[in-house]
Amino acid sequence: MGVNVDVRAALGGAPMVSLAGVRFAYGERVILDDLHLSIAAGESVALVGRSGAGKSTLLKLINRLLLPQSGTILVQGRDTRDWDPIALRRRTGYVLQEIGLFPHLTVEENVALVPRLEGWPPERRRARAHALLDLVGLPAAEFAARWPRELSGGQRQRVGVARALAVDPPILLMDEPFGALDSTTRDELRSEFQRIRRHLRQTVVLVTHDRDEAFALGDRVTVLEQGRLTCAS
Amino acid sequence: MRLLNFWMTHGAELGAMIERHLFLVLWSTVVAAAIGLPAGIVAAHRPRIGRPLLAAASIAQTIPSLALLGFLLPLPFIGGIGPRIAIVALVLYALLPIVRSTAAGLRSIDPSVRDAGIAMGMTPRQLLWLVELPLALPSIVAGIRIATIVGIGTATIAAAIGAGGLGEYIFRGLSMVDSTVILAGAIPAALLALIADGVLTWVERRLAPGRQRLPRAAPAAVAAASLLVAALAAVGIGSARPDAIVVGSKNFTEQVLLGELLAQTLERRGLTVTRRLNLGGSFICDRAIRAGDIDAYVEYTGTALAAILKKPIVKEPEAAFTAVRDAYGRAGLSVLPPLGFNNTFAIVVRGADAQALNLRTIDDLRRVQTQWRPGFGYEFAERTDGYSGLASAYGLHFTTPPRVMDLDLVYRALAGRQVDVIAGDATSGLIKALDLAMLTDNRRYFPPYHAVPIVRAAVLLAHPEVREALARLAGTISEDDMRAMNAAVDVDHRDVAATVKEFLTRVQ
Repeated sequence: MGVNVDVRAALGGAPMVSLAGVRFAYGERVILDDLHLSIAAGESVALVGRSGAGKSTLLKLINRLLLPQSGTILVQGRDTRDWDPIALRRRTGYVLQEIGLFPHLTVEENVALVPRLEGWPPERRRARAHALLDLVGLPAAEFAARWPRELSGGQRQRVGVARALAVDPPILLMDEPFGALDSTTRDELRSEFQRIRRHLRQTVVLVTHDRDEAFALGDRVTVLEQGRLTCAS
Repeated sequence: MRLLNFWMTHGAELGAMIERHLFLVLWSTVVAAAIGLPAGIVAAHRPRIGRPLLAAASIAQTIPSLALLGFLLPLPFIGGIGPRIAIVALVLYALLPIVRSTAAGLRSIDPSVRDAGIAMGMTPRQLLWLVELPLALPSIVAGIRIATIVGIGTATIAAAIGAGGLGEYIFRGLSMVDSTVILAGAIPAALLALIADGVLTWVERRLAPGRQRLPRAAPAAVAAASLLVAALAAVGIGSARPDAIVVGSKNFTEQVLLGELLAQTLERRGLTVTRRLNLGGSFICDRAIRAGDIDAYVEYTGTALAAILKKPIVKEPEAAFTAVRDAYGRAGLSVLPPLGFNNTFAIVVRGADAQALNLRTIDDLRRVQTQWRPGFGYEFAERTDGYSGLASAYGLHFTTPPRVMDLDLVYRALAGRQVDVIAGDATSGLIKALDLAMLTDNRRYFPPYHAVPIVRAAVLLAHPEVREALARLAGTISEDDMRAMNAAVDVDHRDVAATVKEFLTRVQ
């Protein structure tokens, strides 16, 4: 967690992520319009909205998978336009709705991928992957060498979370993380995630169509409607 | 049994052919992969470039293989006889399966997996090497597997242009109408295809960790089965009678006439003869006689020295004959005395031009070299003892580079004024028929090409009357006789056997 602490110390009280007057459209279709949002370091914000409300777009703007047509998005005080996209994405954990585990890599290799891109030595990568698997409730001894196709949906999503946390990124983006799971597994994962968060204190931006999930996981909940945010908590 | 026997007696040759076959297929597949993989990646990432790319590869695939070789022959750098052009043709065929399966493998990757890679901060290069290529690898290997199997089949055609390989047996067997020889080439080719399929399917499965695959032996089984069926269909077309003398010839009119001439001469002595005329080029006849598949054919001293024995050219006719006789003798082949005529290259112009400009010798061509267009057959254009040697021997520099075309076409092209000077055969029947004139080789550049019967020594020992009968042909055929016989067949469309019979009746 060394990186994390240093960054927060350096930033002082400045917001971790802030969006001001952000507009984004796919051609004619306006997705987000004059959107303002500020997220403090260590805060967990849940955004609720119907499908098509622009939830995923909002996340993609934060790690520069997309750039806004107007307005500014600051991450750790710097405009995403000025960030090197690769560097920004590596320090932004992302849990995808479809999970997107790499089918040709084992569970351990999936979790250790960003450390590998960052050039960590193999021993450190391995130790980190095992620690994270234990943290998300998949004992490394049992699961590290498995292939993604040998896991259940809930187990895959746990691996997805572990992978997103691998280099201890200051920001964690989650897109409908537990949406596709059955209710028992979902509840279990939610409480598990709250436990993990108490442990790590990441800044989390979570989008979901499920109000229960939003209130369970967010310190603050906002509603995304017609391209703008309205406060709900 | 005959087949096993054939393989046993031709063991070394068979080994060399398999080796050559694999050489052709391996090189062409490696080159095709080197071109096809990047092309497939581009095709998958940029459909706008990819679509025309795939269309081009598809078109290359639809060209019949012999036609493709025909198109490639006259091209500079890649053209010409031999393995290089065969590899180029095989590469063109191998490209489509490799490009298509690479592109398909990349496109079939779950988009969420690619998105995850990008979101995790992979550079495009890392995404390609760490995610896309490993996931597409089984599909890529499947494409390489198909390309290899197609290549093993198509490479048999390469024998047609002298590139060697197992096709040589198939072509030799087809022209000799001997199913054993066809099978001797077809069966190993089918087995190679099966083995290649097995090995590459295994590789493909190994490269797909954590994923199930369907069994995919079908294409190879089909390929192997069709090869076998084709080979078996050839069974029963007939085989040589055991005690007959087998006479062969190359695949042009004069050679067929000379083969028929040997055959009729032997038959007049009461011997049984099997005709295997029209065998293909010098190379195939030479292989056939050395393998004992034919017993006799007519070769030319100059061709024997330069093209078959790969010896320096000898300009003096006697010395050339002696050199050829000695070299063949060491291989158990007897060279009988020359038949008489010299079928050398002839530099030919239109008769009217020769008269109007008073052209008599090749030297005289220098007067017209700035205006005239030369036209040559592939062999003459290509060989060092052809055009390039002629040009330096006579100090000739045609302003227009020579047009290269099929040897059969050059005479018509000359008569039709598309070219003004050609290299032809001194004995061509068309020289007279089209009112053309031959220029004298006053510097004696062209080596002698005297026609000599070549007979297996073992046959001469078993049938002494063969030597006696063929020796009586020595010196009996003049250039005019040969030109007349060629003209009778090529121009007047007379029957070969009747033409030869007439000639033999006249001289004996």
